[in-house]
Amino acid sequence: MNGLKYILISFSLLNIVSCSQFEPSAPNGNQVLDGPIEGLTTSEHKQFVNGDLAFNSQIFTVDNGLGPLFVATSCGSCHAGDGKGHPFTTLTRFGQTDETGNQFLNQGGPQLQNRAVPGFTPEQIPAGATFSKFLPPANTGLGFLDAVSDSDIIAWADPTDANADGISGVPNWVAMKNYVDARPNSVVQNGKYIGRFGRKGSAYNLLQQTAQAYNQDIGVTSTYEAVETYSGSASDPEVSNQTLTDVVFYLKTLKAPVPRAETTEILSGKQLFTNVGCANCHRPEMKTGVSTIPALSDKTFYPYTDLLLHDMGAALDDGYTEGSAKTFEWRTTPLWGLGLSKNSQGGKYYLLHDGRANSIEDAILLHGGEGDSSKEKYKSLTDEEKKKLILFLESL
Amino acid sequence: MRTLKYLLILCLAISSYDLAAQIDSTLFRRTTKDTTKVLMNMDAIYNRPFLSVSKLPVAVGGYVEANWQHQGTNGVSEGHQFQMRRLTLFLGSSIYKKIKFLSEIEFEDGTKEINIEFASVDVELHPLLNFRGGIVMNPIGAFNQNHDGPKWEFIDRPISATEMLPATWSNVGFGLFGKLYKKNWVYAYETYLTNGFDDKIISNSQNKTFLPASKLNPNRFEESSNGQALITTKVAVKNRKIGELGLSYMGGVFNKFQDDGINLNKKRRVDVWAIDFNTTLRATKTYITTEWAFVNVDIPDTYTQQYGNKQAGGFVDFVQPVIRRNIFGFTRSVVNAVFRFEYVDWNIGKFTENGASIREDVISIMPGLSWRPFPQTVFRLNYRYKWQTDILGNPPAKTGGFQFGFSSYF
Repeated sequence: MNGLKYILISFSLLNIVSCSQFEPSAPNGNQVLDGPIEGLTTSEHKQFVNGDLAFNSQIFTVDNGLGPLFVATSCGSCHAGDGKGHPFTTLTRFGQTDETGNQFLNQGGPQLQNRAVPGFTPEQIPAGATFSKFLPPANTGLGFLDAVSDSDIIAWADPTDANADGISGVPNWVAMKNYVDARPNSVVQNGKYIGRFGRKGSAYNLLQQTAQAYNQDIGVTSTYEAVETYSGSASDPEVSNQTLTDVVFYLKTLKAPVPRAETTEILSGKQLFTNVGCANCHRPEMKTGVSTIPALSDKTFYPYTDLLLHDMGAALDDGYTEGSAKTFEWRTTPLWGLGLSKNSQGGKYYLLHDGRANSIEDAILLHGGEGDSSKEKYKSLTDEEKKKLILFLESL
Repeated sequence: MRTLKYLLILCLAISSYDLAAQIDSTLFRRTTKDTTKVLMNMDAIYNRPFLSVSKLPVAVGGYVEANWQHQGTNGVSEGHQFQMRRLTLFLGSSIYKKIKFLSEIEFEDGTKEINIEFASVDVELHPLLNFRGGIVMNPIGAFNQNHDGPKWEFIDRPISATEMLPATWSNVGFGLFGKLYKKNWVYAYETYLTNGFDDKIISNSQNKTFLPASKLNPNRFEESSNGQALITTKVAVKNRKIGELGLSYMGGVFNKFQDDGINLNKKRRVDVWAIDFNTTLRATKTYITTEWAFVNVDIPDTYTQQYGNKQAGGFVDFVQPVIRRNIFGFTRSVVNAVFRFEYVDWNIGKFTENGASIREDVISIMPGLSWRPFPQTVFRLNYRYKWQTDILGNPPAKTGGFQFGFSSYF
């Protein structure tokens, strides 16, 4: 009888363990930035997974192409959980104050590789160069931003401030990389195209952004960016075209951040966001055009950016520029996912282009230039109203 | 020559399996050991059951372990996994009265990894002075010396002992060991010079300082990566009534600082210290074993802090016998309630960029039950819950689930 008892106990235990209820549950979908957009096909899901693996799990070492000069050892090192980065992997770009194109390309520009594999010496910023630090941005929803038409971006621009609202957003006109294909109906001005990715909006599309990141952040060459950052000469590709394609697909198909609960306070904060003028640059709503990925076509989404450059005032003028952007101009950072930033930044906010703001309020108060008027309006809000506005931003 | 002859005879006997039925089974002599009662950790390699044939001086043995597990991380379950973790074969021989040979060949995860973990000749010159040479197990901590699956009540090996310290870490080298007995006390030492680590410990797919990365170097049994010896030393003291305490050190130059006579870099060291202790509480018969280790690696400041220059971690196991009686006809059955706590900090320090603490750590708890129908065989049911925090200190990845399996000497 005793034996039978033990058998029963054993089977009961096996019965218990056969279900997953004792395993940690998944966080709510609105609490994480990772995950694919809805509507992908099976093959697209497979490519998403391949890209996810390459982005988050492929570690570069000396053996598979790291460096010799680099900033990080993997894509995921800079974009933990696909969220905003941390000062540990903040990039430093150097150049000069005018928009004539980077004059330091033959001295390692535009990006400083501040780390080196053993036996090598990291780069130094050349004498005479100005520089700025760029905190790695979040990756979420990039495919939506990529699928916005140039004509929409142009329509939001107001270079002469014709409506006299003090906001005069302009696109960053950038030279096209020879490996990048222009989108259908791209707007061209003096042979230059509208950049929309990066802190200064200097990357035309996600292929350029990705190929440059492999090359300048990790020191890995590809057929697209074949020049070794250390030697300055071309080398065999260290990452395959397929991997790059998968990573670009992954970035394009990462879901847009899902807003959290809309309480009365948050809805009031949303109204205040519009009232004080934040929404003039941080445009709540956009629409995609036609995308090669059907799940991205004709979608309305809520990124809180206008993809344009704005004068952010002297305090944020680092004296460094890219493309046609002035040193004081920065592309409006999408605010979606802002409330989840701490979960990828080690439990603390590092906001604005270089992470100098450690709270949302700090970030607001550091706005100048075209953002000055909104900042002053924010300052005039009551403490209760400020709290509601911050709650709204944290809910994004 | 005689030994060779015996080895050949033994090989023939093993390969002629179909003839086994014709062999008088009384010729086989089984040297049974209660492997749950280790003399000292350094004795673990001999404290194993062996099977010898008649009066042949060669003995064979080994152990096997397999398990099922159902675990998941943050809601993503791996589902049912059936794993053949290890098949390990021992081959030992008394070459002469005071000269012994012992080898251990391990097949991990099927045939994914096949390693000679141990293959050494021991020569006893004096109880205090024994020579050992060949592929030796570097005696850092206790687990590396005493790692046979059937001796443990947990399916997973300790994280600190296998991923921070590189158990099972063995190398080609030579050394000395000995023991001194004084009433209730036993004093022991071991010291070896072997091949050592290589650059992989700070350049690997784990994206962290990872000493086990050097185990992947297939040439380490043939040549040193840098011509520098790794020294491993352990002293241990055991009181029959109190328990055993071990202190160990392993260190040496790990990087390839020169090639073809040309200096490439300065010599960079890895230094490891470990302390281990085990005891049985007399009142409750609770067996406690613990091991903590500290790793220091000289990493260039101009490299990346992704690879930490300091690590620390360890584990503590509690094994409480709760039932001792006949179960299913196994008259010496013991059922244990067990619990393991583990912690490893892979990267101790602060970011140079902002002075914030670097994280990258893991905490794990593992309650469970084990049933030993016989001292050399154990069935184990473990539940694990693990919190893994990344280098930045973001919310931890949580892993949990059940494991069930067995491990047995044969």
